[in-house]
Amino acid sequence: MNTTGQPDTEIIKRILQGEQNAFSLLLERYQNYVFTLILRFTENREDAEEIAQDVFVKAYRSMADFRGDSKFSTWLYTITRTTCISFLRKKKLDTISLDNENNSLQLENRESSFSADGIEQKSRHQILNRAISMLSPDDSQVLTLFYKGDQTLEEIGQIMRQAPNTIKVKLHRARQRLKEKMEKYFAHEVREIYTDKRESKEFIQ
Amino acid sequence: MEQIQEIEKRLWEYIDGICTMAEKALISRLLSEDPVWQNKYSELTSMHELLQKEDLDMPSLRFTKKVMEEIIQYQVAPATRNYINKNVIRGITFFFLALILGLFVYFIGQMNWTSQSSGNLFEGIHSEAVKINWNIILNNYYVIIFIGINVILGLILTDKFIQGKKNMNLKNYWSKGDSA
Repeated sequence: MNTTGQPDTEIIKRILQGEQNAFSLLLERYQNYVFTLILRFTENREDAEEIAQDVFVKAYRSMADFRGDSKFSTWLYTITRTTCISFLRKKKLDTISLDNENNSLQLENRESSFSADGIEQKSRHQILNRAISMLSPDDSQVLTLFYKGDQTLEEIGQIMRQAPNTIKVKLHRARQRLKEKMEKYFAHEVREIYTDKRESKEFIQ
Repeated sequence: MEQIQEIEKRLWEYIDGICTMAEKALISRLLSEDPVWQNKYSELTSMHELLQKEDLDMPSLRFTKKVMEEIIQYQVAPATRNYINKNVIRGITFFFLALILGLFVYFIGQMNWTSQSSGNLFEGIHSEAVKINWNIILNNYYVIIFIGINVILGLILTDKFIQGKKNMNLKNYWSKGDSA
């Protein structure tokens, strides 16, 4: 994540000394991670962008509260999670009556559009993203934090306010559910992925 | 089915590198001998690799500009640890604990331990509590001392708070003087 350029702590020091423009470095470094994480909560890109903006403004304003006990990304993802939860809570209050009817309908539509595999050749990443979007926000979040957010089980526990062991179980279940979804809705592509893997292994041997 | 799930669980731990050394050695041996384990391992590693290579979503191109334009209106807020005085929180905690303890001691002192019980555990407490004589409580020597301590504590905390504000104003005044 922070493989090139100035370390996060140096940038934060500059921001705290009043160099407001230095914040753009952190913004560029983390905007895709934060945006992806938010998209796991809300599938609407406009909402996600609004929340992401809110997250970065909050992070900037409370920058002095970052004590460096954890990684900056862990701190930022904690803000992301709480902002998402309060946004969804607020939104849920507005649409609570519509929610129950729409949820089952949406899921049905989503599942039927994916089951027609073979009609168009989807890229593996598109398939993966679609399968992830069929998981619960908690499952997809754990996967994103672990694989893309560069967070350890302990750090994910800190973000989600749960014990590392609980996160370990959650991660295992999330991967299991993802595998099930992929095998159910993208059976053809999944078979291809597994065959490719076996063939490349045999080729190496 | 359960056995497959157990294999998957152990393999994920092996792939994540969070299993013990003994477990690692055992799984390595199973992977070199058992075709069921080999197939499962191949499936899980392909899933693992796919997840690792997953693309991130990107916000719109204007996103950075929009955020930077918004933060211009703000300043970094002072750290909460600077303006939340732990002594104030400790003082409030002490006050409430002392209040609870005081009331508890008072009620225990008021209970008639020798009265005949009818079998109802709360009868004594209830009847005594109803008969509280507030004049006695307020004229009680210990209660007056207790209130006195709390008033002094309150005055000390108020003084500290005002002193802190005064120091901060002076600091701002001198720092403005320096920059001028």
